[in-house]
Amino acid sequence: MSKGTPRHDIEINAGYRARRTLGRVGVYAALWVGIIIMIVPFFWMLSTSLKSPIEILQFPPTWIPTGHFAQAEDGGSIEVYVISKDRTAGTAVVRPVDGGPELTVLSSEVIDRARLRFSNYVDAWNEAPFARYYFNTIFVTLFVVAGVLVTSSLAAYAFARMKFWGRDNIFVVFLSMMMVPQPVYIVPSYIVLVKLGWIDTYQALIIPWLAHIFSIFLLRQHFKTIPNDLYDAAIIDGCSRFAFLWRIMLPLSKAVLVAVVIFTIVGTWNSFLWPLVMTNTPEVRPLQVGLARFSQEQGTSHELMMAAAAFSIAPLIVAYFFAQKQIIQSLATSGMKS
Amino acid sequence: MTWLERLKRKKIMDPVTAALYLVPAGVIVVVFRLLPIGSAFLLSFFDVKMGRIRGFVGLAQYARLFQDPTFWSSLGTTAYYVVGVVPLSLFLSLFAAVLLNQKIRTLGFYRTVYFLPVVTSLVAVSMVWKWIFHPRLGLLNYFLQFLGGGSLQWLEEPRGIFEMAAAGLNWSWWPDGFAGPSLALIAVIVVAIWRGIGYNIVIFLAGLQNIPDQYYEAARIDGANPRQVFWKVTWPLLSPTTFYVLLSTTIVSFQVFTQIYLMTGPPVGGPMGTTKVIVYYLFEKGFDAGGNMGYASAVALILFGIILTLTLVQRRIVERRVYY
Repeated sequence: MSKGTPRHDIEINAGYRARRTLGRVGVYAALWVGIIIMIVPFFWMLSTSLKSPIEILQFPPTWIPTGHFAQAEDGGSIEVYVISKDRTAGTAVVRPVDGGPELTVLSSEVIDRARLRFSNYVDAWNEAPFARYYFNTIFVTLFVVAGVLVTSSLAAYAFARMKFWGRDNIFVVFLSMMMVPQPVYIVPSYIVLVKLGWIDTYQALIIPWLAHIFSIFLLRQHFKTIPNDLYDAAIIDGCSRFAFLWRIMLPLSKAVLVAVVIFTIVGTWNSFLWPLVMTNTPEVRPLQVGLARFSQEQGTSHELMMAAAAFSIAPLIVAYFFAQKQIIQSLATSGMKS
Repeated sequence: MTWLERLKRKKIMDPVTAALYLVPAGVIVVVFRLLPIGSAFLLSFFDVKMGRIRGFVGLAQYARLFQDPTFWSSLGTTAYYVVGVVPLSLFLSLFAAVLLNQKIRTLGFYRTVYFLPVVTSLVAVSMVWKWIFHPRLGLLNYFLQFLGGGSLQWLEEPRGIFEMAAAGLNWSWWPDGFAGPSLALIAVIVVAIWRGIGYNIVIFLAGLQNIPDQYYEAARIDGANPRQVFWKVTWPLLSPTTFYVLLSTTIVSFQVFTQIYLMTGPPVGGPMGTTKVIVYYLFEKGFDAGGNMGYASAVALILFGIILTLTLVQRRIVERRVYY
């Protein structure tokens, strides 16, 4: 489908071109339907998060949050909730948002104007200890990322460069454990953490995740591509094994390390089942579990729930828009376990 | 020359140094993976309450498990879910990937948007969709009404979709017992497809871009039409990717938990237990009051057995058809 028409293409005629153009239009139409389906829930989340509790109850719903404003006595306008409308009389019963008695005004005097209620975000934030949840998630994520980088590099180095008894067997055992899904071992893990006295502590959220088998695998594969001669030469020149890892292997593996960092951050930030089981109190509860809690306790304040959902996903979404290529690549690799 | 230097010459690492490098990851893997996985197997033969082992019971947990109708219905629900998610997700993502592979000018834009839900936490995704599915105020019912249809109860609808369709079409011959998955489960399936499709698209796109251009060139010179090109060139050469996507989507689908936990109920697994999947059943048996962790471990092992078997079977079947 290059721009210049190839000579050997015998089908060049108007009908063919028309069909191709039509096909082209169809392709874009289908892709755009997909785009809309992907975007609407996000848009709806933002739109809802900026509405008033009264507007939430409106059906059919409004796409853009709208406020109602009535003429005030001093000539300005005040924001009101519309309680009811009387079509035949052309009047409406309204109540000022800031408080005060209900008023009956002419319907024509009530003006609709876009009104984005950013205060919902503040209200949601204060409704539950979200600051604490945020801190917990960031704290846990930082430790897990740092830990995974250290343990995976060391283990991958041993698997890739050193010769010791049973190396390949140990590696196979590691890999086979990667295939076991989390729900299978979560019950005994809970018992292990109970025995260690770690339930409801940061240790429970950090330490079991400090080693990541897939990262070890990924780094080992990459380390193996670095020529042996380089290693031999460096060792004979008196470079220590650790110095070789630190000065040569790791700098040569930046791309893989970045991938590891990204999928560890995303995985830790979004993990749910594990922290749900292992924490009980807000002190160590991470953001996702806090958000789930909030959603189950709120029940009806949809504007607050959507605001909370929005500020919970914001950091990753913002990061995604800055580094989508790396993030897509990293997450695509991280799934490539089997 | 000391013995250590001689070892280095031979490139044989002394086990002590190797162990030092392996210890940090090794300890964690052994304590928090190997040990729990091993004990999951052992625990399933014991009575375990409140994290305390109360006695060896042999296969009694399994016997109880197989006699529990809730276990079977949760397996059935999970099967519905997997069958609902996997083929549709595969089809839609392959379709989108093939469209995107036609030298679309703004490929990056489409890929970025399709992938967006993958980066979003499942908790937030579930909350947003639960609101979209709201029976009275939801966006989806608004669309249905806009298009001239009626409202549906979505996540609060326990009736099976076949049953509903039969009722709507006045098919009195439809057998009563065959209600199909509840509409609530269908709603959860829709969300799973929406959330996972971007990931599959990216994998398919990578697979498509790995197919060398000369195959297409050759097919074109031979006068193949687009359909022939797809079935004779793209499909066979893409089969390793398709196989991978099939496998990974199936495995992930069997473990569905978060959406069920957040979107359905209360009580979770509702309405009328029609969305209670196997992992939620396990969670309930293991961690709810009155639960038994030995029993939950038995459930976990059954789940693992299913996933392992499916992996092996799929690998077997597809391997014969995969063109490498």
